[in-house]
Amino acid sequence: MRAFTALEGVVMPIDRANVDTDMIIPKQFLKSIKRSGFGPYLFDELRYLDKGEPDMDCTHRPLNTEFSLNHERYAGANILLSRQNFGCGSSREHAPWALDDFGFRCLIAPSFADIFFNNCFKNGILPIQLSDEIVDQLFDVVDETEGFSLAVDLASQTITLPDGSSIAFEVDSFRKHCLLNGLDDIALTLEDADQIRAFEVGHKQKAPWLYR
Amino acid sequence: MAGKTLYDKLWDQHLVTQREDGTALIYIDRHLIHEVTSPQAFEGLRIAGRKPWRTAANIATPDHNVPTTTVERLEGLEGIEDEISRIQIQTLDDNCDELGITEFKINDIRQGIVHVVGPEQGATLPGMTVVCGDSHTSTHGALGALAHGIGTSEVEHVLATQCLLAKKMKNMLIRIDGKLRNGVTAKDLVLAIIGKIGTAGGTGYAMEFGGEAIRDLSVEGRMTVCNMAIEAGARAGMIACDQKTIDYCKGRPLAPQGEDWALAEKSWLDWCSDDDAVFDHVVEMRAEDIAPQVTWGSSPEMVASITDRVPVPAEETDPTRRQSLERALEYMGLNGGQLIKDIPLDKVFIGSCTNSRIEDLRAAAAVVQGQQVSTKIKLAMVVPGSGLVQKQAESEGLNDIFTAAGFEWREPGCSMCLAMNADKLQEGEHCASTSNRNFEGRQGFGGRSHLVSPAMAAAAAIAGRFVDVREMGEG
Ligand code: SF4
Repeated sequence: MRAFTALEGVVMPIDRANVDTDMIIPKQFLKSIKRSGFGPYLFDELRYLDKGEPDMDCTHRPLNTEFSLNHERYAGANILLSRQNFGCGSSREHAPWALDDFGFRCLIAPSFADIFFNNCFKNGILPIQLSDEIVDQLFDVVDETEGFSLAVDLASQTITLPDGSSIAFEVDSFRKHCLLNGLDDIALTLEDADQIRAFEVGHKQKAPWLYR
Repeated sequence: MAGKTLYDKLWDQHLVTQREDGTALIYIDRHLIHEVTSPQAFEGLRIAGRKPWRTAANIATPDHNVPTTTVERLEGLEGIEDEISRIQIQTLDDNCDELGITEFKINDIRQGIVHVVGPEQGATLPGMTVVCGDSHTSTHGALGALAHGIGTSEVEHVLATQCLLAKKMKNMLIRIDGKLRNGVTAKDLVLAIIGKIGTAGGTGYAMEFGGEAIRDLSVEGRMTVCNMAIEAGARAGMIACDQKTIDYCKGRPLAPQGEDWALAEKSWLDWCSDDDAVFDHVVEMRAEDIAPQVTWGSSPEMVASITDRVPVPAEETDPTRRQSLERALEYMGLNGGQLIKDIPLDKVFIGSCTNSRIEDLRAAAAVVQGQQVSTKIKLAMVVPGSGLVQKQAESEGLNDIFTAAGFEWREPGCSMCLAMNADKLQEGEHCASTSNRNFEGRQGFGGRSHLVSPAMAAAAAIAGRFVDVREMGEG
């Protein structure tokens, strides 16, 4: 996995609660057997006025100019700001793949849905949970300040604002360790292969039918 | 010391190792696989030169992309018109063949929606840990199992290690005491729960459903409830194992047999929460208070009783909620204050892993029998959850009841639940749907889904609008 250490960039807001994974990447794009190439279809139904299909050339599609992703002022944004329960719904990992492919590496919201949250860490994306109050304030400054950007530092668990003030955030220590070092979960788990085998021996005694 | 919850017990029994930082390695007994979330995982495995840890723990079936019209299904895989769908299903076949994973392929009678197939085959059983790259894996918790959805990276992780990296969730109990009224089903029950606690109410929790009304449900009804735990934010929903669960599992192809069965049956009754178990959060509801439910918005929590009205945004004081309410009504083409019964309908869909089992089809057929689908309805379809459900329904003549009334009788698959195949809503169309998600665009670009029980969907098809199934005589 690619490591995540620090990031500085423009913040793009999506001011709605319950942004679900169907919204992040609609199902017709899930037919792909690849992990990449989803960026042009990120938020497809919010972003374009016509209906997107897999492998479509998006360069000439009609844009929904009301959607923040199409606003010039957020061009090149790599931090996404949204409301509670971000990433709810389907478990599709295509959602973080699409966010990543588009260029978002860090997400900020008051809460995230469990499966999505987990999927982000497996893909080198840092989801940051902040209080409703702070998220409200961020929405305000993002709105007021063209080109508003933040600097996120994972090691020190801080977000630094342009005025030099900073916000601390929480992150699970194991996930932080994996993100900082770009560690592959599977290789780590396989270091415990003997323990897994030992577990299986005991488990099989208790429930032999599971191993028939 | 306080007793343990069902979740605590399942967790403890599958704990391989607990790390200092709070993460744990949890052993997975059953891994279910479908075509959409697995190709990248198999590819990852191949690139790293790894093999499945325990091949026999995996079972696969294609469901999301399979066409459901009989004509298109005749030719099997080759007959799938959508090339991208065909390639995805072919990829699943190839991966399973290469690695020796059991797969119920497209026209195998055992093929179907992965969450219908698992319990039906006895592939998911009490006391198991079950995962699948699909959020509705919570369904299998109805058997007294720990079951939840995972992402594709985790699919690869489970394939390679038979384990999952996890952190223990908190315990929540949803207790429904009393008896459900006639015409009120498991689906109405779970929609009412989501209406009460919200779509994020269960985030971070393993959610156990208990109480008299839950115990009274059939095992299939319990699956409907657990299926939608994820719509309440809980990755895992579960219900204690009891004699009904055991009877349900008995004799299924992959269920234990002979001596194993005797041993299993004895141990399974322990898969319940201890009387003195402590939950971090308890929600209580009375079954009698629940009426048939209909969602009016674009989130499962936007739900009302059939006798109610669509809420009025101006009456909502919280600005974020008001905004999402307004947006939902605009998307749904509804007015605040409008009667639920006045919502116009274009299509009816009976199917999905929530409600496509034999009891669901029986409940719908009982309402439909001898009636005609309203001329206002452009399409009414029934999509059985598996080939075996389809066969059973046909042997009971349910298909004839549906087709005589003007319903289409389809081949098994996910179908219009997420509209990855040709079954979808057109822009602006309203659909009475027995599925689990009414998100924007879920059932087709611009489509408007209203989640209901099979009986309510059937009644809506006949009436051409939502009606209270309790007023339809039989109910
Ligand atoms: S029926 Fe619908 S919810 Fe269930 S697995 Fe298929 S697509 Fe997902």
